[in-house]
Amino acid sequence: MAYLTISNLSLGYEGREILKDVSFQVNKGDYLCIVGENGSGKSTLMKTVLGLQSPLGGVIRAGDGLRRREIGYLPQQTEVQRDFPATAWEVVTSGLLNRQGLRPFLTKEEKKIARDAMETLGIAELEKKCYRELSGGQQQRVLLARALCAAGRLLLLDEPVAGLDPAATKEMYELVDKLHRSGITVIMITHDLSAALTYATHVLHVGEDVFFGTVEEYRKSGRLGGFGEEGEK
Amino acid sequence: MTEIFETLGLYFSYPFVRYALIAGVLIALCSSLLGVTLVLKRFSFIGDGLSHVAFGALAVASVLDTAEKTFFPWLFDKIGKMPLVILITVAAAILLLRTGQNTKIKGDAAVAMISVGALAFGYLLLHLFPTSSNVSGDVCSTLFGSTSILTLTKSDVILSAALAVLVVVIFVLFYRKIFSVTFDENFSRATGTPAEVYNLMIAVITAVIIVLAMNLVGSLLISALVIFPALSAMRVFKSFRAVTICSAALSVTAAAAGILISILASTPVGSTIVAVDALAFFFFWIAGLVRGRAA
Repeated sequence: MAYLTISNLSLGYEGREILKDVSFQVNKGDYLCIVGENGSGKSTLMKTVLGLQSPLGGVIRAGDGLRRREIGYLPQQTEVQRDFPATAWEVVTSGLLNRQGLRPFLTKEEKKIARDAMETLGIAELEKKCYRELSGGQQQRVLLARALCAAGRLLLLDEPVAGLDPAATKEMYELVDKLHRSGITVIMITHDLSAALTYATHVLHVGEDVFFGTVEEYRKSGRLGGFGEEGEK
Repeated sequence: MTEIFETLGLYFSYPFVRYALIAGVLIALCSSLLGVTLVLKRFSFIGDGLSHVAFGALAVASVLDTAEKTFFPWLFDKIGKMPLVILITVAAAILLLRTGQNTKIKGDAAVAMISVGALAFGYLLLHLFPTSSNVSGDVCSTLFGSTSILTLTKSDVILSAALAVLVVVIFVLFYRKIFSVTFDENFSRATGTPAEVYNLMIAVITAVIIVLAMNLVGSLLISALVIFPALSAMRVFKSFRAVTICSAALSVTAAAAGILISILASTPVGSTIVAVDALAFFFFWIAGLVRGRAA
């Protein structure tokens, strides 16, 4: 059974439908890219899958033993975070809350999980640095490390490269690719079709009509339009 | 110098002055703890709104108090005003938090509506059912806390101290949750933390703190007590923990200094404390600028 089975999902705000009839599956080991126009409902779709808002219709089923505490999430950055006084360590370890339960402090093992996540993402030396003073790419890696602390198996990333310069963008994609290769299932929203085609195994194109399939099928579907296979955006 | 100590010594021989200092410092401590969260969550205005609700609640409590004295003298000694005020304010906090999320009337408008409404009804009540011959004086001291900290009864002080300690304990126990919910509510919810529960907890604690702080500085100046130490600490420190500790220390120092100064200079307690807080903010702001320049 798949990690996530979404059937005939329709979603929106306050009864206003912005997407309908979305169906797709995410299996263990998949790397699904969600692409589509601005405002087509990509982030809303992700929030609905995460249970942050309720769907207007349709079914979201989790399977294959996937539990809530095995899902990691990298949301888009909020205004609040830009001047938040916190160290990278404080942010990363906040991803451990779902393991902690009501215990007010961290155990040695939990600290090790956080350290390993930061090590994996190459930000171990930023531990004591102030989050708001990091570069955009470093901030995203801190948030990704936090997501890793929360996630054993499934990562949902909402535009992880938004606002990053080309070098940082490339690094970010490579890190996510590395995580995927290490066995973590990834769902990522992106504007960047070429990245989707390079790294992903599946594509979900949302908008007027919804496409879901493997990258191969997506190439053949003729939806790439004027972009071509090496299209930039 | 010896004169100052003699004056202080004289004052501290009165138990109500000692009560005032103890309660004041504890209230300042717990009001500063949540300040950081309230500022960062953009909830500063909720504190302000709730303080007006607390004023209205106090008016209701005063009127009921008089009624109790008249009709149920046996009840009066058992229930002070504070439990009722806390109850009403907590209810308002929960209501405001709920309306803030998903209703037609948006958060800030709801706060404005409830707070000025409570203020108006409170003043009206006090006029219709005056509890003493000097209504303006009563209202002024409720709004600015001019003398109230020195008139607390022993049971008020015990209740304040117990609640303040409770707030500190809860804050320490849930420190990491409060951080997470403040930093990124969506992430917390997505990964299975019941953020609504913690938001509710923050709202309830805020309400309790505001009622406590009303005794210290009066309902108009409460926000200052909650916001100033947090903002000052945020100028200089860079980790959540350091900001929290610094704002607690700052708030306690300012409250103690304010109370002592007000005794020596015969100034109103509340505004003296807030003036010290504001002065401290100025220094921290400068320190932050200097530090930013140097880095």
